[in-house]
Amino acid sequence: MSDIRQVYLDNNATCMVSPGVRDVMLPFFGELYGNPSSMHNFGGQVAVHVKAAREQVAALLNASPDEIVFTSCGTESDNHAIRGVLEATPEKKHIVTTKVEHPAVLNVYRFLEKKKGYRLTILPVSRQGDLNLDELRAALTPDTAILSVMAANNETGTLFPIDEIGAIAREKGVIFHTDAVQAVGKIPIDLKKIPADLLSLSGHKLHTPKGIGALFIRKGTRISPFMIGGHQENGRRAGTENVPYVVALGKACEEAMNDIFEENNRVRKLRDKLEEGLHSTIRHTYINGNPRWRLPNTSNIGFEFIEGEAILLHLSAAGIAASSGSACTSGSLEPSHVLMAMETPFSYAHGSVRFSLSKFTTEDEIDYALRVIPPVIQKLREMSPFYDPTK
Amino acid sequence: MWDYTKSVMDHFSNPRNVGRIDNPDGVGEVGSLACGDALKLYLKIDKETGKIEDAKFQTFGCASAIASASALTEMIKGLSVEEAMKLTNDDIARFLGGLPEQKMHCSVMGKEALEAAVANFKGEKVEEHQDAAVVCKCFWVDEEKIRHQIREHKLTTVEEVTHYTKAGGGCGGCVPDIKRILAEETGKAAEPKETPAMTNLQRIKLITAIIESKVAPMLRQDGGDIELIDIDGVDVYVKLRGACAGCAGAKATLHNIVQETLRKEVDSKITIVEVK
Repeated sequence: MSDIRQVYLDNNATCMVSPGVRDVMLPFFGELYGNPSSMHNFGGQVAVHVKAAREQVAALLNASPDEIVFTSCGTESDNHAIRGVLEATPEKKHIVTTKVEHPAVLNVYRFLEKKKGYRLTILPVSRQGDLNLDELRAALTPDTAILSVMAANNETGTLFPIDEIGAIAREKGVIFHTDAVQAVGKIPIDLKKIPADLLSLSGHKLHTPKGIGALFIRKGTRISPFMIGGHQENGRRAGTENVPYVVALGKACEEAMNDIFEENNRVRKLRDKLEEGLHSTIRHTYINGNPRWRLPNTSNIGFEFIEGEAILLHLSAAGIAASSGSACTSGSLEPSHVLMAMETPFSYAHGSVRFSLSKFTTEDEIDYALRVIPPVIQKLREMSPFYDPTK
Repeated sequence: MWDYTKSVMDHFSNPRNVGRIDNPDGVGEVGSLACGDALKLYLKIDKETGKIEDAKFQTFGCASAIASASALTEMIKGLSVEEAMKLTNDDIARFLGGLPEQKMHCSVMGKEALEAAVANFKGEKVEEHQDAAVVCKCFWVDEEKIRHQIREHKLTTVEEVTHYTKAGGGCGGCVPDIKRILAEETGKAAEPKETPAMTNLQRIKLITAIIESKVAPMLRQDGGDIELIDIDGVDVYVKLRGACAGCAGAKATLHNIVQETLRKEVDSKITIVEVK
């Protein structure tokens, strides 16, 4: 192929560092090396930037800066939220989550059930990946310590109504944690309106480098520190701050706040163009997840009769990066737990591909993808014993 | 990303012999949509010479499934049916310069499709899975296939069985069954030495031989030793000396090693009794 190029459509896995974010970090690898806790000017001039970053993160979420704790990643935020609440609430022994959570949540809950004796309720989802809120309400009991429900699903982009879910949790007196790693920056999140007690976010899904996250802890939430040591982060997360990355996260949140309208519109249009283009030119394709109630950047498409790893490798050879919930890509033998929870038919579960865009995706790139993908699907289908070209 | 060899990537990107053969002499079909991979193999066979004149395939699966099928067709073309049947899944993997361990089941699928196609050519009925014999309900793998792969590849762990057969890779409900089969198969290795009705004399001789040939060298390697004092039915009286004589933990481990070895090699009811 003569016009071979690189098109990155795997932004839910990680995304490029924005040039603006990279620029604000650089002085902290140079002259601004002080420890923000120090009582001298080296520290003081750095502490100002940490404080500003905390305000930038809080502003994106409409929270108060003292409700933001910097962590090393989304997984740490999830672990901190869940295990911190349980440690502070030792009398309660029931925990509730959903079948489609990220492993950073689901595996923590499974660990707590197996090793720590908690009673675990895992809520199922519908064929479109939605929760039944009556079922969720019924699952919450006086013994329930915490409920974790993600804001947006990483594989399908399906959104959960975390405002309604938070209201139910509050009514039942249950602490509500939401893993918003995929949602923050892609859709507006107003924590004055959403009654979440804890919210996890990750920097590298927001165009920072990998290695920084944050946990929102609503004032008054009973939670134990996850890292014990010094008094950093108000004693809630010990350890000298990762200053360059904290500053990066602040900047990324500021950029997200400015770009969120664009994310919601330009990116959505590109995603729809890609999806409709593929759906109309390639027969036997299905959209996984709730097509209306969805992140604007994500499209998860099931291509019937073929297998995801083979699709990804052919796409990669043509310069297109995407990911798949297929078994073979992960080394497991079953399709992703999200697709299985949605009872996605096997005829296209194994052939499901996630395309995820970012604010850096261009229309040219989508046009290129629309040219490259159909022949790859066709080539693999012609090889498949299950594909009947006459149907 | 998988660390595929150049050859795997070549056969994946440019698979040889894709398609169907009209009026084939043998067709073999294995796998399913639910399993995540499937292979349909078509053979054209010269009935006079028994030579495979042409082989084509259709496959649903990952890069290594496609590459394995492509490799298989290249390998068998021109061979006689008998020669082709001698190929193993390891030969397919070797032809490709190796497959990741977790993908060995793709080469097994190739071998199975070949067996099915040859059976079809010979007019043999392909044995249907008997429901009762199905161990892994996720991937519909029967006990026979698991036993066959354990023997052929000297598999010893559930993980290895999963790599070769996929059994146990789904819900994990059959893992206890796989463990049982593994125990039976690995125990079997010693069986030929054991006559069904072992006389006392035979048993004593066998125990003495195993201790001398296997157990003692193992212990001596680590500075320990064993002395056989007496044998009374299934009770074996020994003096054990560990490398670390005063350590109770090490002694217990030693005791277990000796007992497990004798149970595996001679009789599952054997008990080690230590004498001072």
